[in-house]
Amino acid sequence: MSNDATLLLALIIVGLITFGFRLSFIALMDRLRLPPLLQRALRYVPAAALTAIITPELLIRDGAVFLSPLNARLIAGIIAIAVAWRTKNTLLTIAAGMIALWLLQWIIR
Amino acid sequence: MRDEFMDGVKGVLPILLGVVPFGLIYGALAMANGLPASLALSMSSIVFAGSSQFVITQLAALATPAFVIILTAAVVNLRHMLYSASLAPYLQHLPARWKVAIAYLLTDEAYAVAITRFNRADKGGANGHWFALGAGVGLWITWQITTLAGITLGAFIPAAWSLDFALPLTFIALVTPALRDRAIVSAAVVAGVIAVLAFAMPLKLGLITAVVAGIIAGMLAETNT
Repeated sequence: MSNDATLLLALIIVGLITFGFRLSFIALMDRLRLPPLLQRALRYVPAAALTAIITPELLIRDGAVFLSPLNARLIAGIIAIAVAWRTKNTLLTIAAGMIALWLLQWIIR
Repeated sequence: MRDEFMDGVKGVLPILLGVVPFGLIYGALAMANGLPASLALSMSSIVFAGSSQFVITQLAALATPAFVIILTAAVVNLRHMLYSASLAPYLQHLPARWKVAIAYLLTDEAYAVAITRFNRADKGGANGHWFALGAGVGLWITWQITTLAGITLGAFIPAAWSLDFALPLTFIALVTPALRDRAIVSAAVVAGVIAVLAFAMPLKLGLITAVVAGIIAGMLAETNT
């Protein structure tokens, strides 16, 4: 099999697995009753999952932690969090974060 | 019903400011890594999960064995099972075709927008699935178009624009307003810290480890108040 055919097959398998994950509880919950402990746990899914994606994007550079005021992505991220906190406005948050990053990259270099 | 669907589409409009650059960058990165355009484009509908598509693209460029690619992408996407469990109670009354459609469209962004809608007490749950469908369809169409645009125009996007930063910004915009109480903040802080500390774990296991740790932290904080 060529490399492209192998990759296509891998993509289809990943697609099926991902769809399976997404469908799992939606399809089965009327037959499976979720234990109360798990039901309580679900309340924390959005905050935990989204934050776990955010922080490495802000703090990891070239495979290592970069905790410094010279880390433009970290500072721009903090500015975006402050804007999101004050305004609860998605558009404004993304715009402020992008502009902050561009300014900081221009200043720091 | 139609109103709820359109509300769902409108609900994702602000996030598109983050999704559009992310899609462009994905298409551009896939081309830069030597993926055939047809595979890069079809991945966006077959897999339809942005962060795992980035990971797959990078692994494929390194000639990683297919089973490692599959396993890593599966680990990265495992969190969608939690999204499924979280939305399931609101979708139980629906016929199978609805469940299949909403499951297929269940990305991070669609989940975040939909769960916010379902949590709104004033709206009630009755037609929330139309909202979820509208949000999912809006994101799906955007993702396909921007992937194609990234594939064709990506080479002209300067790296200095740092468009990939739109992804964390989108998630910041989605998560920050949801930090309503101490337990949820604990979940976010612990998940965020563990995600950085566990970043180097093989197969990208750090992400799901961080999510589980965050959930446990939230539950502990809740019982201690």
